Amino acid sequence: MKQKIELLGKRTVNALEELGYAISLLYQSLYWLVLGKFYRQPVKLPLIATQMMQIGVSATFIVVVLCFSVGMMLAIQGLETLKPYGAQAQVVTGIALAVSREFAALITGIIVAGRSGSAIAARIGTMRESQEIDALRVIGINPVRYLAAPALLAMLLVMPVLTLFGMFMGMLGASVYTFYELGMPIEIYMSRSFEVISLTDVLQGLSKSILFAVLIVLVSLINGFQVKGGAEGVGLATTRSVVMSISAIVIADMIVTFFITRM
Amino acid sequence: MSQLSRMQNHHKSQQNAALAIRVDNLLSHYDGRVILNNVSLEVEQGEIMVIMGGSGSGKSTLLRYMLGLEKPSAGKIELLGKDITRMDDNDLHHMMKNIGVSFQGGALFGSMTVAENIQLPLNEHTRLDQKTMQIMSQMKLEVVNLAGFENLMPSQLSGGMVKRAALARAIILDPRLLFFDEPSAGLDPVVSAELDELILRLRDAMKMTIVVVTHELESAFKIADRITILDRGEILMCGTVDEVRNSDNQRVYNLLHRQPRADSVNVDEYLQRLTGEELS
Repeated sequence: MKQKIELLGKRTVNALEELGYAISLLYQSLYWLVLGKFYRQPVKLPLIATQMMQIGVSATFIVVVLCFSVGMMLAIQGLETLKPYGAQAQVVTGIALAVSREFAALITGIIVAGRSGSAIAARIGTMRESQEIDALRVIGINPVRYLAAPALLAMLLVMPVLTLFGMFMGMLGASVYTFYELGMPIEIYMSRSFEVISLTDVLQGLSKSILFAVLIVLVSLINGFQVKGGAEGVGLATTRSVVMSISAIVIADMIVTFFITRM
Repeated sequence: MSQLSRMQNHHKSQQNAALAIRVDNLLSHYDGRVILNNVSLEVEQGEIMVIMGGSGSGKSTLLRYMLGLEKPSAGKIELLGKDITRMDDNDLHHMMKNIGVSFQGGALFGSMTVAENIQLPLNEHTRLDQKTMQIMSQMKLEVVNLAGFENLMPSQLSGGMVKRAALARAIILDPRLLFFDEPSAGLDPVVSAELDELILRLRDAMKMTIVVVTHELESAFKIADRITILDRGEILMCGTVDEVRNSDNQRVYNLLHRQPRADSVNVDEYLQRLTGEELS
């Protein structure tokens, strides 16, 4: 019993330490992004561009495919569920709102966490193990400025764009199935979808994507920067980073949705 | 202030000015264990100081403190007369212009070419144009006999070439202090000897102060002006090569002649380690 309480205490302390570390990393990253140039240590544009390429451009295809599939799946379920009530036409409204408010941001977040979050954790973990982070420090380069800040800014810029893509592709996927099932032309489906969703719905999805971007980067960074134990440690940190990011995204999404629907 | 104390202060500041590195009563703990116990060390300008010791002696930890990578529990570390333990990030950033480090595994950035690795400190600390940076990195590659390899990635280099490329990066800003962590580790004797020659050449040509952490006796005796021997977090002795060779200290003798340590086992401590429980 005593051991269990000790273990619980240790885990709680570790979790609080990690939370503190994450907040410190966020603060330092924002500090360098905003004030770095005043100390002649700016966050360099090529680093941000490289991160944007790695996080965003290379994830576009998979975001497009998965959001298209999710939209189509929602259409299949929606049409099937609404069929007995003769309300199949309402599927347009349901999917447009669900995709723009929820699914596009969530699916994009999960894909980026699995793909790019794990890559950030693995890269930083490997750099730590091969003393590259020490090398940065002795060259006089702050690792947060060089590694964390560009990743954060790139993620903040790329995630909303990917989410917008996801929204469009989700509705497109649903329209393709609706055309197949009900014969509703795709352009009509899409124009009705755009009529249904408001700017607030889109902003809701985009604000979630920004929150997810911060969570993914912070989780990946704390795991990467704390790697110990060689290649095995890097592998463990990468796995932990993916699991923690996806959990954080889903739980944060639930909490945010709860409060938004009560506003 | 009396004339005598003024003269003493003047003498002391003159002495300090000649010192490149001063470690004063450095104390380091990890998980309740003492890693470095009141370590004090002075390295004069232009000197090659070799820090030796067996595995777990604390020599690599001492190096990390001297590089400002860790903050000590107590004590002071002065590089070129400035206490780095009390520096903020900005001052440390500027201090690093005077320091070059060659890490054990090279620590070259895997996503950059050799030339990009070497130019990184220039990019960070200077506003030189690309052409000038290219010329400077070529010059340093010539110094370490790696000319023609600038466009290769670190993964395409052999162990010795990685170390030489890392050295080229370490000296690109012509630092006043150069640190090596196990320069000979993982290298064959010929490449290792070449690296020793290179270290000596660098000191003579560039008047650098060089600190080398190693456990390679042959290499240490060849390049050192003075040798500091660490054992279990404490300095056993510090002296010239001859003084170390002729030392009658048993632990120094054991290290130099590869004799196993004859540690006495504390039974209570041993049992406590095994059981994890305090014995009454």
